[in-house]
Amino acid sequence: MNDMIIELNQLTKRFPVGSGFFTALTDINLEFGKGEFAGLVGPSGSGKTTLLNIIGSLDVPSDGSATVMGKSIASLNQKQAANLRNHNIGFIFQTYNLLPVYTVYENVEFALLLQNMSTNERRKAVMQALEWVGLTDKEKSKPSMLSGGECQRVAIARSMVKKPEIVLADEPTANLDSKNSHHILQTMQKLNEELGVTFIFSTHDEKVMQYLKRKISLADGKVVNDELVSMLQ
Amino acid sequence: MLAFKLAYKNLIGAGLRTWLNVSVLSFAFVLIIFYNGMIDGWNRQGRNDTQAWEVANGQYWHPEYDKLDVYSIKDGHQSLSPLIHQRVSKGEIVPLLIQQATIYPQGHMQSILLKGIPANQQLLELPTSVLQLSDSGVSAIIGKRMAETTRLKVGDNVLIRWRDKNGTFDAREVTIAAVFSCDVPGADNGQIYIDFDVMQGMMGFENNATILVTADEAPIALDGWDFKDLDFLLAELDQMIESKKGGGIVLQGVLLLLIALLAIFDTQVLSIFRRQKEIGTYIALGLTRKQVVGIFTIEGGAHSILAAMVGAAYGIPFFLWLDTVGLSFGAADVGITIAETIYPYYSLGLILSTMLLVVMSATLVSYLPARKIARMNPTEALKGKIQ
Repeated sequence: MNDMIIELNQLTKRFPVGSGFFTALTDINLEFGKGEFAGLVGPSGSGKTTLLNIIGSLDVPSDGSATVMGKSIASLNQKQAANLRNHNIGFIFQTYNLLPVYTVYENVEFALLLQNMSTNERRKAVMQALEWVGLTDKEKSKPSMLSGGECQRVAIARSMVKKPEIVLADEPTANLDSKNSHHILQTMQKLNEELGVTFIFSTHDEKVMQYLKRKISLADGKVVNDELVSMLQ
Repeated sequence: MLAFKLAYKNLIGAGLRTWLNVSVLSFAFVLIIFYNGMIDGWNRQGRNDTQAWEVANGQYWHPEYDKLDVYSIKDGHQSLSPLIHQRVSKGEIVPLLIQQATIYPQGHMQSILLKGIPANQQLLELPTSVLQLSDSGVSAIIGKRMAETTRLKVGDNVLIRWRDKNGTFDAREVTIAAVFSCDVPGADNGQIYIDFDVMQGMMGFENNATILVTADEAPIALDGWDFKDLDFLLAELDQMIESKKGGGIVLQGVLLLLIALLAIFDTQVLSIFRRQKEIGTYIALGLTRKQVVGIFTIEGGAHSILAAMVGAAYGIPFFLWLDTVGLSFGAADVGITIAETIYPYYSLGLILSTMLLVVMSATLVSYLPARKIARMNPTEALKGKIQ
């Protein structure tokens, strides 16, 4: 078994709704090792995004614990959580969330601006990340000039440029056609294999499921199945 | 530095909205500097003119003399000591004997202040040299305001009646030898200047003066005389200028500034709702909420930096031009020292304090809505669902 970089124990998440609570996740027990290519699958409202948000330290559990890179998410203050996200976690969103006034280069560089890197080091890292996703010729383009597939590739480059241990991808193919979906999934698969980065997807897209090595099924906030796909095939 | 870079990019990226805010803010900026520059220019010219025509570097007053109390004038005079004579002869002091009198121009009666001043004095700009030209009769000089109100002109004779030291009425004709033009009403309105010695003879106050005008920049005390410094003598002018600073165009400038700030505030409030995903993305990328608040605050505050740059682009040529031609107010008599043409004075302090005012105001109105970000849930912000 790989070293565990994410450990979720009896994790429960409740949201206040009116005078009561809505329970989005119930007693989640999961572990993720280094280099996994795993997916949280399930219908809308099953708790996939909520779980990704907690792993990404954007949210905290109501009960139980979430430990990421040896740090308990619930005990991190804002600065520590921001530091964890900045150094160890990359995010890929369904709607890309690129910053519209920046060029492709600047969008990718943004993730490095908070780290103490020289301009030369940043340039080298950004160009390498753009090379991984095949967009070196678009470095000066603005997001508005790119296709959806290209935007998502920029988002992948942005998440990978700081070489994080974990990349969390929330429905990364939802806005893409089949060809672009396969293209970016192959790109992520390649990065997972070459760099050993842990990828965790939230998806209900069959195309994504074809690439997963581990598939965790969620329903109504509970894990209903957790299987290693490669072992089954 | 990162926040400034991001703010700059976001501002430029916002396009027309930014430039609209910046234009209004820059106009307010230029208007405030323009108005204060004019007031400061007026102040400097007013002080300089009053010094040149009336008060020099200060005055020594007879202890009983009060220029606002006509009853104090009659007895407000005393003899000059040898020390004062010595300084008068060196041109360091100009003595003036002041008494009330009455003139009868064009058949009308008018009370005036009759001032005796040495014809050879060079401390004040009054053209007193003409007072010694006349061989027969008494020569007098008056200001243009006095000439207008009395309809007197050069060469005219006018009857003056006064009381001498014994209280006896006496009268004599004087000839207007010159009409001078000055911007200082206090040296002009209701006043007639004649030669110091002639006046002493007329009044019977030999070797007496009411006030002494000094050229000394660091005047010393003189026994029996009260020294009045420039702060005292120019207080009326200073107060008038201070009151002008609080009203009129400056109010319009401040109103314009408030409108511009409201526009920035509005832009910031809209931005925070419109750019929720961007805010969520910043946080997901590793910025703390405090840093995001900082970015948005600097972004709003940077409007003022751009406004200063835009304002400088058209303001500097405008101010330089105005500095050359001045702003003419004509010969309007407003009862206070004011030049016909005022040349503005822009001090570094004025420019810096105006910049500080605009930058701080713009930053404050940007910070107020940006504080909402600190309470924003990043997961909701990422979805853009915050209402």
